[in-house]
Amino acid sequence: MSQSIDYQAPPRQSFTIGKLWTDKRTRGLVIQLLATIAICAIILYLAGNVVENFQKLGKPFGFGFLQQESNYDINQTLIEYSSRSTHLRAAVVGILNTLLVAVCGIILASILGFILGVLRLSPNWIVNKLAYCYIEFVRNVPVLVHILLVHGILVHSLPKPKQAIDVADSFFLTNRGFFVPKPVVEPLFWLVVAAFVIGVVYAFWYRRMARIKQAETGQQSPVNWVMLGAIVGAPILVFLLTGMPLGWDVPELKGFNFKGGMALKPEFLSLWLALSLYTAAFIAEIVRAGIEAVNKGQTEAALALGLPRKRTLNLVVIPQALRVIIPPLNSQYLNITKNSSLAIAIGYMDIVATIGGITLNQTGREMECMLIVLGLYLTFSLIISTIMNWYNKRLALVER
Amino acid sequence: MKTLSKLALTAAAAGLFASTGASAATLDDVKSKGFVQCGISTGVPGFAFTDDSGKWQGFDPAVCKAVAAAIFGDTDKVKYTTTTGKTRFTALASGEVDLLARNTTWTFSRDTDLKLDFVGVNYYDGQGFMIPAELGVSSAKDLDGASVCIQTGTTTELNLADFFRTNNISYEAVPIETNDEARTNYVAGRCDVYTTDASGLAATRSSLEDPSAHVLMPEIISKEPLGPLVRHGDSEWGDIVRWTLNAMITAEELGVNSENVDKMATGTDNPEINRLLGSEGDLGSMIGLDKAWAWRAIKMVGNYGEVFEKYIGKDTPIGLDRGINNLWTNGGILYSPPFR
Repeated sequence: MSQSIDYQAPPRQSFTIGKLWTDKRTRGLVIQLLATIAICAIILYLAGNVVENFQKLGKPFGFGFLQQESNYDINQTLIEYSSRSTHLRAAVVGILNTLLVAVCGIILASILGFILGVLRLSPNWIVNKLAYCYIEFVRNVPVLVHILLVHGILVHSLPKPKQAIDVADSFFLTNRGFFVPKPVVEPLFWLVVAAFVIGVVYAFWYRRMARIKQAETGQQSPVNWVMLGAIVGAPILVFLLTGMPLGWDVPELKGFNFKGGMALKPEFLSLWLALSLYTAAFIAEIVRAGIEAVNKGQTEAALALGLPRKRTLNLVVIPQALRVIIPPLNSQYLNITKNSSLAIAIGYMDIVATIGGITLNQTGREMECMLIVLGLYLTFSLIISTIMNWYNKRLALVER
Repeated sequence: MKTLSKLALTAAAAGLFASTGASAATLDDVKSKGFVQCGISTGVPGFAFTDDSGKWQGFDPAVCKAVAAAIFGDTDKVKYTTTTGKTRFTALASGEVDLLARNTTWTFSRDTDLKLDFVGVNYYDGQGFMIPAELGVSSAKDLDGASVCIQTGTTTELNLADFFRTNNISYEAVPIETNDEARTNYVAGRCDVYTTDASGLAATRSSLEDPSAHVLMPEIISKEPLGPLVRHGDSEWGDIVRWTLNAMITAEELGVNSENVDKMATGTDNPEINRLLGSEGDLGSMIGLDKAWAWRAIKMVGNYGEVFEKYIGKDTPIGLDRGINNLWTNGGILYSPPFR
């Protein structure tokens, strides 16, 4: 019952103004164009408003103040810094402090989160409910409250330096911080470092080779043991052979405080712990969701094929769960980084406290300082996002 | 598109908050809204505190009240905005407050670069150190290695860095935002020393459980002239605040106080008192107010000496001595220009 149809190009209609709106394709373009213009106009208006107000106040706009001496001290500095350094350097100190707490927080929160997430799935009723209670309690209280609470506990309940809790005369716990011995590197120690680097390179090369071998011949190699030996065993062996070339600078109570060694200040500790504990609760739920998202049939199929339980988990469940876990995990990592700006509440000297706080206040350059802080957080977040997106892409299902 | 519009919204919000312009005619604004918006501290015993009924009282709010009395004849026509060391200048520069009366040190860069105008000094202060007596320290130069609680965004923060640097001793700065926070950290022993203006230390010490267990170091390491300030560029408004403060100082010098002001306002033999209280000449109209402006301020708030004794003087828990904050005629350095 076929009927021949005369295919004809639709007649080209002449252009009319009304078609900008009635035609589906052009309508989309027109709306986008109008929206863009409106947004640009708003931005221009606001920028103009700011410029005008600055002129009214007689304040010049510029970043020259960054080169002036900062004149203030910072209690936790990862690089050389004194009150004679510039505001720019103070900003760098702040950036490093932010990154330090963000990276440490991301690591601890991930570890805790994964453990809690798995506990949440435990068939053991008590373990399961304990994890549940923890998660529900922690994630329903604002993170600022957590930070203040932990800081309060650390500062109020720990003893003063003179009554420090002393572990083996080298670790001291006080309300001024946790003091630990600082390693003092002797020249021969670099051999240990070299052994470690070589060990890591060898371990990964070995793993690669083992995989190729398995792919070709089906034979498995003791990858885990070799990697452990190369990465941990070799440096320890070199360390012992060279006569333990590492001294310790043990903290000592001198005058008001402990001197020497390394100190984890209560401000850093409380921010780090609070951010990690808080975010871990969210990560736990993400992990639980991810694992539950893997169809039970997958596990059953793997077991039916004769894969041992551990391999089923490693090769079947986790890779699929990660695909669900990674995107929301990304936003939790961003949250840690951004929430670290709450440091200001307890006097941890991050970027908001240095460039966005003291520098802003002492120089009076609100606009410039806030723009810098804004730019920095945006940069951090975009970097984390990029890394996580790259990882996500790597894990994504390869469609053939 | 979605991200773009989100960005634009954020930018819009940021821009709007940052760009509230300063208006030139503050007096007109104040009159039309019917109250003075006054920036004060978050609380320093004696200098700014809330009374039993929740109203702000103290040495600094007294300036706000005097200005409100001069303009409206009502000390309640003040709305207070609490500001920290960090937020105060932004609050003033952005027009959020009309006047800042909050132990703020008059410095060159604040007066010029920050585009603010200090209108006078209501307390000549200097930075000191407070430390628990049990630590047995007798000089600030023995504080090597100490943890020091310090309010951020203040001149004391800069003086502190300079002092320890020039004396070649080390310290750990514990930055905090408000006086209350400093007190908590000091009591908990997070810091050995609390440093701020000596008046603030005396005030804080008075609020501690056992004030005698804490000592002030003999060193005063800086000059801290504290006074009210307004935005740069509105001299008329600045004049009102400046001369209200001067009127309180002059009143003390001339022996005018809140009790005898009514009698004196009917006319005296001293022409300066008459000019001050408006029974002779019309100084008020020169600053945009009426004749009785100073009379109201003195009547409702008191002269400088009365305010000092009421809130921070010898008979209060703060117990500050007049010291250099006495009139020039009594050996101090308070010296108001003449009312002429």
